[in-house]
Order: sequence, then structure tokens, then C-alpha cells
Amino acid sequence: MIDYDKVLPQKIRDIQPSGIRKFFDIAQQVEGVISLSVGEPDFKTPWAARKAAIGVLEKGRTAYTANAGLMQLREEISKYLFNFIHTEYDPASELIVTVGGSEALDLAMRAMIQPGDEVLVPEPSFVCYSPIITVCGGTPVPIVMTEEDKFKLRADALREKITPNTKALILPFPNNPTGSIMRRGELEAIAGVLRDTNIMVISDEIYSEMTYGGEKHVSIVEIDGMRERTVVVNGFSKTYAMTGWRLGYCAGPKPVIKQMLKLHQYCIMSSPTVSQYAAITALTQCRDDVDRMLEEYDMRRRLVVKGFNDMGLTCFEPEGAFYVFPCIKSTGMKSSEFCEKLIYSKKVAVVPGSAFGESGEGYVRVSYAYSVQHITTALQRIREFVEELKK
Amino acid sequence: MTATNKKLLALLKQNARLSNAELSTMLGISEQEVAAGIKELENEGIIIGYAAIVNEEKADDNAVTAIIELKVTPFKDRGFDDLAHTIMQYDEVDSVFLLSGANDLSITITGTSLRKVALFVSERLAVLDGVLSTTTHFVLRRYKEKNHVFNEEHSDERSLVSP
Repeated sequence: MIDYDKVLPQKIRDIQPSGIRKFFDIAQQVEGVISLSVGEPDFKTPWAARKAAIGVLEKGRTAYTANAGLMQLREEISKYLFNFIHTEYDPASELIVTVGGSEALDLAMRAMIQPGDEVLVPEPSFVCYSPIITVCGGTPVPIVMTEEDKFKLRADALREKITPNTKALILPFPNNPTGSIMRRGELEAIAGVLRDTNIMVISDEIYSEMTYGGEKHVSIVEIDGMRERTVVVNGFSKTYAMTGWRLGYCAGPKPVIKQMLKLHQYCIMSSPTVSQYAAITALTQCRDDVDRMLEEYDMRRRLVVKGFNDMGLTCFEPEGAFYVFPCIKSTGMKSSEFCEKLIYSKKVAVVPGSAFGESGEGYVRVSYAYSVQHITTALQRIREFVEELKK
Repeated sequence: MTATNKKLLALLKQNARLSNAELSTMLGISEQEVAAGIKELENEGIIIGYAAIVNEEKADDNAVTAIIELKVTPFKDRGFDDLAHTIMQYDEVDSVFLLSGANDLSITITGTSLRKVALFVSERLAVLDGVLSTTTHFVLRRYKEKNHVFNEEHSDERSLVSP
């Protein structure tokens, strides 16, 4: 008999399955659950992009592309980034088209982190950072963000955690799960701490188009001196409702991208060809579709925030992504207990905040990537649940 | 039209049953503003009514909808209006449009049987002064109306919970 304990390194076996995954298993056992738990758009990919993909298949364009992705796509991404975050990236040497933003994050971390490195991870945040840091032999160092600070990263909290071993900072804004964003002034303060160091920033901007209330997303690379120390990660999944196409990208300084490209080349070859062609169409023809989706998200956001505040679960006003993060401390329950009871008694699935780091305890993540009707029904059930708790 | 009224209209076109409270939250304006906006849209004749979109065949097994295209002779001075007004008077008639192109008037009617619709065309429409010819198209299947899709399975292919 083969001894798998010897085959599989302790480091890998020690990785915990995501808390989201655990909750998914519970949700699946309950019949007739309505969910407010997904992290992907309910919209379909704009038709023009889908049509482009069909055309590509008809023409039989099914071969690999250049490792870094189709040049035409990289050129369009470069133009887009120049318009959106006012920063120039050379399509030939500073951009890689990846398999979702996830691969870009993985590449950035594997290219930079080595044993002994510490990587700063503001929490609550998306679940993939710490496991990858660990696999690379690094140590994830959480930085707690609190509701009092609108779940933003404070410069002093950052400074406190920096040691001679600090290799990088993950900057996950607009944030999943809290919906918080960083304004220019707040980023200036972060840049002030990092500017004279050798610390790199991995800026996960996958939700960057989804900001509400008039002010557009600002990237840390727009701040003086930050472009040379930042890898920007973005993608098509959220903005263009293209999750299943698996297409993202990263942009950064040439020396870093050069190393990342080698990793990408050995493990991926090139990102899905059909998806890349669809993405060109998305970037060049689907702006109206994106604007329509954004307007719809914003209306739902207001509906959900008000819904929670009205039922007494205070809800910090999220300014980005498509999540709200209401506080459930008033119920006296832990997040996971709240979510389990809610799913068993009212058949509504929301994700415990604790799945996104310890500082998410006392909150739940609610996605509004659903139709207004679906949201209204789910909110009504949560309201009943909260009322019954009070009795 | 004001930007707010445009947004109100877009929301009501999609779902006329949203309450003023819901509309006010979604648009970030007060309920009074919502009520005033709707009043304005109604007064200006932009919103002329609120009707359910019905899957007629499901509501009544025998229901038949037909689109009838008419070629007509326009009357001097009054053009097509007189004839359109006459046709509008029949309760069976759902809609009347004046068209450009090969045919002149397009009429939609829904009847309780194929025979009733056919008789309506031959006895009421074809005999009207000025009607040169009629072409009747029976609706076999409804796919989409007023931006609402018929018979769509409401399956959300997304996983129940995802990162």
C-alpha cells in the first residue's frame, strides 16, 4: 500500500479548505435554498462577446496564442488601463493575459515569495491569498480592518506590521467581502509608508469597475512612485460577467512580469484562445452593457443596505464590488451559527464573515448579484428570521 | 424628460409592480419624488397604463393570437387615421400600428378560438371600406414580449455558494 502521508507534504495537507466551501456543503444539503452567496454576476456575458466567440469557433481559431496572450488583446488592455487608471503598460513586455485574475495572483505570489518572507494580508478579504503565500513558503501576516475604519487599510496599521522580512502587501480593493474601497487620499497614505522600501504591492482590482456613488476607482499605481513596486491584477470575470471564460490579466514592471511570464508559460502555455477573442470584443464593444449592469448593481445595493438596516442588522455602506457586509453581533450569535440557523430555518444562504479571516467574525457576506425579485424575497425571509430571534 | 424620470420609466417598464418605497431606495431619492415623477409621466401621457404581460395560451388552452396585416387605400386628407380608429373600436383588437413598407396597418387580436379570429377577419376587417387585402398570421409560439421571456426555466446555473 502506498503511504499518502509520505507522498503529500505536511504543508499541503495543512491547508484548510475555504470556509466558503464548507458552507457550500451545508447549503447543498438543504432542499429549496435561495442563495445570496455567490461571488459572480447573475448577468450573462454581453451578447456581442458571446457572438464573437461563436465566430472564432466557426473560423476554427483553436490553436494556442502567444504565451502572454494575443497581441491585439494586450494592446486593448493597455489602452483600457491607460484610460481607466491613467497608467501606461507596454503590451509587449508588461502585460500577461491569465486564466482568470486568480492565476495572475498565483503568478505574482510565486514569482516573488520565498521561504522566510512575510506577506501582509489585510482582512477580511478573499480567501486565496494566505494559502498561496503558505505554499510558497512565506508567512501570511494579517492586518485587521474594522468597521470603524469602514474596512479600509490604515497606513499606521500597515506600518506596524512591517518587518525586515516583509516582501509584499496584498491590496484587495474594492474588497470582497466588505465592499469597501480606498480613495486617493487613503492610497497616498499607504504609498507614503511603502515608497522608500523594497516591499511590492499586489493590487487585486478585479472589482475595480464596481464602485458606486460617483467617484471612480483609483489604483495605487496612480500614486507617485508606486507603479514600479506594484503588480496590478484585474480580469473580465466581474466587469463583463465572464466568470466561466476564465480570463484575467496582470500588469506590472518589466522585470517582475518577465519572471511571471516564465511561470505562466510552463504551467498554462497560453490562456484560452476563444476567451481571448471574446475579451477583445468585450473591451471594444460592450461598454454600454457594462454601464447597464453597473447601474443595476447600484440599485440593488441600496435596496439590500436599506433592507438590513431596517431589520436592525446594521450595515456599513459599501462603495464597491457587489457585496454588503451587515453586522450580526446584535443577535449574540457567531457568524457561522447565524448562517447555519438561517439556512435551516428560512432556507436562505449567506456566507459567514469568518470565512474571510478572523476579523470577519460578527458579520455575514451578502451578495446582490441577483434579480431584485430574488433579493426582495430573500430579505423578507431574513427579516422573519431576525424577528423570530427577538421573541 | 428629467434623468430621474428616465430611470423611473426604465424600472417601471421592466416591473410596474415595484412599490414607491422600493423605487425610492433603488434610485436614492425620496418617496415623494418617486410619486411626483410617476404623476408627471402619467400626466404627460408617457405612461398610459399598467398591464400584466400574459402568456395567453397558458391562461386559456384555446386562446389564439393573430397578427393581421392590411393593405388599405388612404382617404383623402385623413390618411389612415379613420380606418385605424374604426378598427380600434373592436374589443378583440389588442393593438393597431401604422407601418412603413409593403403593408399599411398591422393589427394584433386575441380570440378564444381559431374560428372566431378567422371570422373576425373575414366578417369585420376584410369588408371595411378601403381595405384592399388582409394577411393573417397566427402566433404559434411566444418567445419574448416587452423584454420578458416566456417559458424560460428559472435555473440559476451558478453554484449556490462561491468565493
